[in-house]
Amino acid sequence: MGNFESKLRNFWDIFVHQNGSAYVLTGLKNTVLIAVFGLLIGVVIGTLIAVVRVFPKYRTLPRILNGICSFYVGLFRGTPIVVQLLVAYYVLLPLFGANWPSLNVCILVFGLNSGAYVSEIMRGGIQSVDPGQLEAGRAIGLSYSIAMTRIVVPQAVKNILPTLGNEFISLIKETSVVSFVGAADLYVAFNSIGSNSYEFMVPYLVMALIYIVLVLLISMMIKLMERSLRKSDRRN
Amino acid sequence: MIDVIDLKKNYGNLEVLKGINVTISEGEKVAIIGPSGSGKSTFLRCLNCMEDPTGGSIIFEGEDLADMHVDINLHRRHIGMVFQQFNLFNNKTVIQNIMLAPVHIRCSERTQALRKAFFRKIFNCFRKEKLPLPDSLPTKRQIIAKERAHAEELLRRIGLETKADVYPSTLSGGQKQRIAIIRALAMNPKVMLFDEPTSALDPEMVGEVLDLIKQLANEGMTMVIVTHEMGFAREVATRVLFMDGGTILEQGPPQEFFSHPQNPRTQEFLSKVL
Repeated sequence: MGNFESKLRNFWDIFVHQNGSAYVLTGLKNTVLIAVFGLLIGVVIGTLIAVVRVFPKYRTLPRILNGICSFYVGLFRGTPIVVQLLVAYYVLLPLFGANWPSLNVCILVFGLNSGAYVSEIMRGGIQSVDPGQLEAGRAIGLSYSIAMTRIVVPQAVKNILPTLGNEFISLIKETSVVSFVGAADLYVAFNSIGSNSYEFMVPYLVMALIYIVLVLLISMMIKLMERSLRKSDRRN
Repeated sequence: MIDVIDLKKNYGNLEVLKGINVTISEGEKVAIIGPSGSGKSTFLRCLNCMEDPTGGSIIFEGEDLADMHVDINLHRRHIGMVFQQFNLFNNKTVIQNIMLAPVHIRCSERTQALRKAFFRKIFNCFRKEKLPLPDSLPTKRQIIAKERAHAEELLRRIGLETKADVYPSTLSGGQKQRIAIIRALAMNPKVMLFDEPTSALDPEMVGEVLDLIKQLANEGMTMVIVTHEMGFAREVATRVLFMDGGTILEQGPPQEFFSHPQNPRTQEFLSKVL
C-alpha cells in the first residue's frame, strides 16, 4: 500500500496546491445546478403533462393534448439522455443558429427529459388515489377541479414526493454524461486532475465518494419529508 | 320530487338499465332490492349523475339532470350521497371532512356576490336610478365559524364530538359511515341516496348505522336506499322496488311486497334471502 500512499499524497498536492479544489468545486456546482434546475423544469413540465393525461377525455381538445403529451413522453423515454444531449447541442442549436453555453443546454435537456419521467410519476401518484375520494367530492357538489385540488392532489403528493426524490437522485447521477457536450461537471474536474498526474485511481475514488455523500444527503432529506407527510396515515 | 323517465344506461354493448320509470315524491323512503348485477347501484348513481345516463331523463326540482348543459354541481348540493366504502377524505380530519364542502361553497358564493356588488357599484355611477347594493356579506371567518358550529352540532348528534380532530384512518367502520352520513347532511340536502351503506361493515356495527338512517327517516328526509338488509327495508321503507336485469319488476308498500309478492322472479328472490 506504500504505492497508494504516494498516490494519495500526489492527489492531495494537486487538489490543494495546484487549483484542483477549484476545479472540483466548479464541477460540483455544475452537477448540482444541472440536477436542481433540471428537476425544477421537469416538475413544471411533468405537472402540465400529468394534468393533461389525468383530465377526463370526453371532448376533442383534451384528446389532442393527450396525444401530444404521450408522444412527448414516448420520445424522451425512448432515447438515451446522451443522444438527446448530442442532438440538442450538435444538431438543433446549429440548426437554429443559437449560441448557448453548454451548461444551459444541459439544464434544458435534463429538464425536458425528467419532465417525461416526472409526468409518469405524477400520473401514477394521482391515479393510485382511491377513485372513491374524487367521487365523494363530486357527489357533495364540488367541481372537478376543486375536488382534485383539495382532496385528490394532497393525497397524491404523499405518493409522489418520495418517488420524486428518487428521480432527483438519478438526475444527480445521470449528469455525469454532460462532458459529451463539453460542460464541466464533477467527472470533468476529477478527470482533469487525473490527467495532470497521469494517475486516476484516487481522483475517481474521491469522485465516487462525493456522489455517494450527495445521494445520502438527498435520501436523508426525503426521509424527513416523508415523515412529516405521514401525519394522516395513522393515529395523530 | 324526482321523476325518472325511461332511464337507460349502457356500458359499451352491455345494457345495464333498460328504461326505468319511477316517481319519488317528497318524504318517501324508497328501498331498492335485487340480486347483484341487477343494476340497482347503477340506477342510484344515475340519480345524481355520478354515472351519466345514456338515455332518458331525471327531473329533479323541474330540471333535467341528464341534460349535459345543466350545472350538475349545483343540484348535487341538494342530493346527499352515502357510499358503501364510506369515502371519507383521508387527508382531512373528521371536522374538516364535514366542513369542507359547505365552507367552500359558501365562500365561493360570497366571492360571486362581492364581484356582482363591485360591478353594480361601478355601473351605478352612470345610472340615473341607482340599483340597490346587497346587504353586508358575512366574512370568511364568520362563514367558517358558522359551519364549524353546524358540524360540531352534527357530531354531537351521533356522539362522536370527541373525534372531531382525528383522521379517518383511526376510526372504526361504523364511525366512518356515520360521519359520512352527517357529512352529506351538512349540506342540508333534500334527498339522500344510500348505496349499500352497511355492506362493508362488521356485523356488530351495522346496527348503529341503521339506527342513524332510521332517525333521519323519522325526521321526514326523502331517501333512496339500495340495501341487502331486508328487515331494515321492511321497517323503514314506504315503498320497495325490486330490480332485476336492468328493469323494475315489482314495487309496492313493504308489508304487501314482502308477504304477497306477485312476480315469480320476486318470489324466487325473496324465498332465497328471507
